[in-house]
Amino acid sequence: MSDYNFAYLDEQTKRMIRRAILKGLAIPGYQVPFASREMPMPYGWGTGGVQVTAATLVPDDCLKVIDQGADDTTNAVSIRKFFENTASVGTTTQTAEASVIQTRHRIPEEALREDQILVYQVPIPEPLRFLEPRETETRKMHALEEYGLMHVKLYEDIARHGHIATSYAYPVKIEDRYVMDPSPIPKFDNPKMEMAAIQLFGAGREQRIYALPPYTKVVSLDFDDHPFEASKAPHPCALCGATGSYLDEVITDDAGGRMFVCSDTDYCETRRAQGHVGATQTEEAA
Amino acid sequence: MTPLLSVRDIRKTYGAHIGCTDVSFDLFPGEVMGIVGESGSGKSTLLNCLAGHIAADSGQVIFDTRAEGPQDTLTMSEPARRMLGRTDWAFVHQHARDGLRMGVSAGGNVGERLMAVGARNYGDIRHQAIDWLGRVEIAEDRIDDRPTTFSGGMQQRLQIARNLVTGPRLVFMDEPTGGLDVSVQARLLDLLRSLVRDLGLSAIIVTHDLAVVRLLADRLMVMKSGHVVETGLTDQVLDDPQHAYTQLLVSSILQV
Repeated sequence: MSDYNFAYLDEQTKRMIRRAILKGLAIPGYQVPFASREMPMPYGWGTGGVQVTAATLVPDDCLKVIDQGADDTTNAVSIRKFFENTASVGTTTQTAEASVIQTRHRIPEEALREDQILVYQVPIPEPLRFLEPRETETRKMHALEEYGLMHVKLYEDIARHGHIATSYAYPVKIEDRYVMDPSPIPKFDNPKMEMAAIQLFGAGREQRIYALPPYTKVVSLDFDDHPFEASKAPHPCALCGATGSYLDEVITDDAGGRMFVCSDTDYCETRRAQGHVGATQTEEAA
Repeated sequence: MTPLLSVRDIRKTYGAHIGCTDVSFDLFPGEVMGIVGESGSGKSTLLNCLAGHIAADSGQVIFDTRAEGPQDTLTMSEPARRMLGRTDWAFVHQHARDGLRMGVSAGGNVGERLMAVGARNYGDIRHQAIDWLGRVEIAEDRIDDRPTTFSGGMQQRLQIARNLVTGPRLVFMDEPTGGLDVSVQARLLDLLRSLVRDLGLSAIIVTHDLAVVRLLADRLMVMKSGHVVETGLTDQVLDDPQHAYTQLLVSSILQV
């Protein structure tokens, strides 16, 4: 594999990406443009996150990749293999063991530590995009802190559905300054963003990187009379019985059968190994 | 009495072509001024310069701000000017589509300016939106419909509601009745006149329709080829035009 540089990207590219990351960390929530490279995977599969991870990895890192909370989905498996091949770093599925975690659409349930880095894959970094299509105008709005339009989206939600129906990619305000798209994580995860780990966001097609240093103030936007609510399905996990974790709904047959299970597979497995059981297991035992 | 808006020697050229030049006037609180002239005479250029949409080459536009008194809006910082643009100023476009967000409901359109200046209570925003839709004669049950489902006249009235909701003191109007049929025009003019009078607004109305200025404007400015050729009280200018071009303009109105 000597033809490949460590972690696929050449050193000059990694240097350019690291500069963008540092700038992003210095201005939390600000979208830093960077010269996104072609990666050996299609746009939408995490090209931004992969580039940020490649620029962040060192040989003794331990990498975990999750997709919708799961370690065993196509996207997660292929990216983990990619870095096993190109960087020979250790990989793990356990949140606590990982030093770098690349994620799509979830934050792990287990609280992250100061020596960990969480890398998000971002499809559309601009939170104002669907309301204001002009890039020149949205940049000006960020620069001048004109964020009234973001509330128009929430207003429309309440007018149409009676409550704020936005349930993922819920806009947040960083340190009372920049409004940021937290990537399509469920709004259940929004309060977790004030964490100990460094959070890096990479959008490959849109060529933007942004970042949150540890313990950055992250406030989800809302109205006085319709406050933000971190919602999840009102069930315990059917496998491990957890009541405080984000759940996936799994359809089990064509007669309306369904079960709710933790979307974070590592969290669920760890709990089951500790002896926790959910409704499904107790039925089987009986 | 301090003028609300004081314009001095505004000049804007597009290369060698003159957009408008040597325009100076004062606008006092509660006064409505009309700017008339043929297509290409520089009316819209002038209005856009005054509203800060395009940068004038030279001159001054001094606005009497609430907080700090008279300020030159051409040299003030962009954030401050944009803040004026959504609080004390309003701009009514000729085509309602330019001034509305077509993908957002009527209520959201009216509420946007409120949210832009910091309103964060859904109930209050909704209440004000309903109030303003009523004032421009749009039924309350249309509040959650998108402007795409509205007729041209309704869109124009919605645009006016959206602009006036933050209680501006100066309204710029660029051919507010252009493109509407005559009966809708009449209704809109009637509405505009009562709003302007009730709220004590100052307004600058650009139009090529002399009937509009006859009805709305206190004072009139006639432009031709980027120059102001005649100014005066509306009735005085229209009844006794002095400049050859004004005479031509007045005489070309169809008498039905």
